[in-house]
Amino acid sequence: MTEAKAHFWRSGAPGGAVVALVALSMLAATARVREQKGREELLTVRGEIGRPGGRIVLSLRGEPKTLNPLIAADAVSREVIGAMQADLVHIERGTQLTEPALAKSWKVSADGLQYTLTLRSGIKFSDGQPMDADDVLFTWRVYLDENVHATQRDLLIVGGKPIAVRKVGAQTLIFELAKPYGVGERLFDSLDILPRHLLEKPYLDGKLSQWGTLATPPTEWAGLGPFRVKEYVAGQRLVLERNPYYWKADAQGTRLPYLDEIVFLFVPSADAQVLRFQSGETDIISRLGAENFSVLSRQPRGYTLADAGPGLEYNFLFFNLNELGEKGFAETKRKQKWFSDGKFRLAVSAAVDRDAIVRLVYQGRGAALWGPVTPGNPRWVNRQIAQAPRSLDRARQLLREAGFQWTSGADGEAALADSEGNRVEFSIVTSSSNADRAKMAALIQDDLKQLGMKVQVVPLELRSLIDRVTRTKEYDACVLGIASGDADPNSDLNVWLSSGGMHLWNPGQEHPATLWEAEIDGLMQEQLTATTAARRKTRYDRVQEILAEHQPMIFLASPDILVGAKNSIGNFHPAVLEPYVLWNAEQLYVRAGTENTRR
Amino acid sequence: MTERKKLTTCLALLLGLHALVAFAGFFAPYDPAAQDRMAPYLPPMRVHVIDGRGRWHLRPFAYQLEAHSGSPDGYHEKVPEAVPVKFFVKGAGYRAFGFISARTHLLGTDRTALHLLGTDAFGRDLFSRILFGGQISLLAGLLGTGITLFLGLSLGAAAGYYGGWRDEALMRVAELFLALPWLYLLFGLRAFLPLSVRPAQAFLLVVCVIGALGWARPARLVRGIVLSAKERDFVRAARGFGASNAYLLWRHVLPETSSVLLTQAAILVPQFVLAEMTLSFLGLGVPEPVPSWGNLLSSLQQYSVLVSYWWMYLPAVAMVPFFLGYLRLASLLQSDAANPKIEAAGGA
Repeated sequence: MTEAKAHFWRSGAPGGAVVALVALSMLAATARVREQKGREELLTVRGEIGRPGGRIVLSLRGEPKTLNPLIAADAVSREVIGAMQADLVHIERGTQLTEPALAKSWKVSADGLQYTLTLRSGIKFSDGQPMDADDVLFTWRVYLDENVHATQRDLLIVGGKPIAVRKVGAQTLIFELAKPYGVGERLFDSLDILPRHLLEKPYLDGKLSQWGTLATPPTEWAGLGPFRVKEYVAGQRLVLERNPYYWKADAQGTRLPYLDEIVFLFVPSADAQVLRFQSGETDIISRLGAENFSVLSRQPRGYTLADAGPGLEYNFLFFNLNELGEKGFAETKRKQKWFSDGKFRLAVSAAVDRDAIVRLVYQGRGAALWGPVTPGNPRWVNRQIAQAPRSLDRARQLLREAGFQWTSGADGEAALADSEGNRVEFSIVTSSSNADRAKMAALIQDDLKQLGMKVQVVPLELRSLIDRVTRTKEYDACVLGIASGDADPNSDLNVWLSSGGMHLWNPGQEHPATLWEAEIDGLMQEQLTATTAARRKTRYDRVQEILAEHQPMIFLASPDILVGAKNSIGNFHPAVLEPYVLWNAEQLYVRAGTENTRR
Repeated sequence: MTERKKLTTCLALLLGLHALVAFAGFFAPYDPAAQDRMAPYLPPMRVHVIDGRGRWHLRPFAYQLEAHSGSPDGYHEKVPEAVPVKFFVKGAGYRAFGFISARTHLLGTDRTALHLLGTDAFGRDLFSRILFGGQISLLAGLLGTGITLFLGLSLGAAAGYYGGWRDEALMRVAELFLALPWLYLLFGLRAFLPLSVRPAQAFLLVVCVIGALGWARPARLVRGIVLSAKERDFVRAARGFGASNAYLLWRHVLPETSSVLLTQAAILVPQFVLAEMTLSFLGLGVPEPVPSWGNLLSSLQQYSVLVSYWWMYLPAVAMVPFFLGYLRLASLLQSDAANPKIEAAGGA
């Protein structure tokens, strides 16, 4: 333990920042490696001792697209995969700190370029086949193969070079980086180790992406997570069963997980999830909306609801700042003269009533935002960013400075016009399936009406919205949200880098269009290879300052993570990181004496 | 009551209801788009004439509602804070008939707002929104009916009167229109439109689509009547005297269809109001913040609203008297049209 623990703490957060989160996740499941007598080195976890047996039922909004961690991009797939796979070093969702997982210890060289990981011995995949260093080498090869298009590939390229790995002995691996990597051992999180014995052949045949789908028979798919596939009924449910070879045990030496089964039911909507939970059909519910949360909390029957505080999701309004070519929308091109004016964006930001958004959209269960880092991420938030209250006077002042003027409109109200006399009028697109964001857009519409801007809200189906924003670029403004997977700034790298695909206001640029975007690019690259957390923090703080100064995204609000579980579920500790409730699936259990009443 | 009298009463009732909606600016206490962000989902305020101590008041009053502390949507009456209801008060500006500027409202209060039917998610007055929403929904119904009857009458008359291949062609097209799944057609149509549609454009589009798709049924009815009317003796006689086709149609044939058209109109108006509501409910009608009965009801698609705020159903209740009025009118018109003929037949 000694070695692992030392690094674990040294590379972790500067203490105080995480205290709040520790409190949230009542049990600080600090991992402790216990040397077992046998060949098998189980990881002993701290926490409430549970009772083996039983099952829990959850609902998912739609079916997972795949069970293959290489290609899974949607939240539903990731949630299921999280219960079936394991990584070398894991970020504990409650404390947001790293802990040993498949690697029992690790060592970083003084220059930060070499990571030596020692694997736990005697570990088996869920089909009983042993796991060793060759599986890690294979996994690395697959993740880095361009033809596989793994979603994790970009994270494994540091300083323009892929992270190299070599084997020294059956249990030891050395990873070599071209440049120091700011995230440290966090880079190993969520890089699920794949079974070479099952995947090598499909990989060599180039058919890897067709593997690990829901149609793959359970006998031909395996992972290192606490659960494995038992049964899949298309359109209805996916049943996972206990992985008997799982490598964690509780303090009494009972092998985890406690549960025999996890059942995922596929339901079409958030409301359907609420109804199932209310009727007792499901045991746990997560990603609750504030309104449904208050419906459920009115008469709780045998369940407890929890508000875990603001998560990492940030919602924002942004304008189309793309360089529109010849074939671009002439109308939008004309409007871009306003959008690209920083003062115009600042004026819009000053006019937005963020408190009303929190109150009316989230019923007070959320936080107003002035930057992308939410209060749910205390380690990285820049507290120096001004949280200016709504001020229409300031907004008008800014517009006047930018050359806008007010004329008497047709309906007798003051209408805003630019210096050439064109009426300021634009549309905001939003996803029709997300009632929260549609509400935000309606509030912004009314806020901007008071500045004399004429705004139309256009609800669009999500896929065509994304298509417009990232491909055709036929839109004026848009309200969207991003839920980061991890609290680390790197998880949003492709949002802030001007070349990133999620750099929504102007994605995939070859060269940064503005000086400040170039500065952000530089800072994000610097923090990527900075060696200490403090140095990374100063860079990321500056990024947040630049964003507040230029407001390419006008940040609105962040919802709290709202979840619920039956009182019979033990070890239920929601986290603000995804997956909010199933991150400790192996420790969840059904309390004694409750089984009969449940059914 | 004689049939005539019943008809007059029914018409007067409908006129009254329509006046309420047409003069929504006057009857509604507030601007339908004005948000009160401190009062979302406020329940309907009760208007009292007896206070807590059992005393009667000549002037009705309401109690101010106060949010329960810590609850986002729970309110209770703040008893000492009586808010007297005033009549003919000056308030938010509106335009009667779209051009006469006015500020006088029938009801209002000096201090806190009076929400007779509560408020919606944005704290907008539901009573005002129902009245203004009626303008959109009823106008869509009436205009749509006008377009449908015009198309139905001209195409039906042409088919019935001229017969032959024209009749064949028109009737086959009519059957095609009857078989069209118009809701899906509308979804398709909306996808072709530009991204942002102004409320007025969206409204016109809805009206045109509703009107253009409904002509087949009245056209078939008109065709049937024209077919029989053109063979009547007086029509043949007029033709024998050398009357032109246009004269015959206008003077002798089309008047025969009037009672059928009136009945059709009374049936079609509520049907088309419902069509507009369906479209708005699904988000294809007029966009927010312009109210229509359909998009007022669309918040009921959320389970939380469905089980928490009963007053959000009220827009659905508002249309009931209109529909009953129109359907009663249709049945009265039908018997009115049938009666003289029976008398005439009996007298012969």
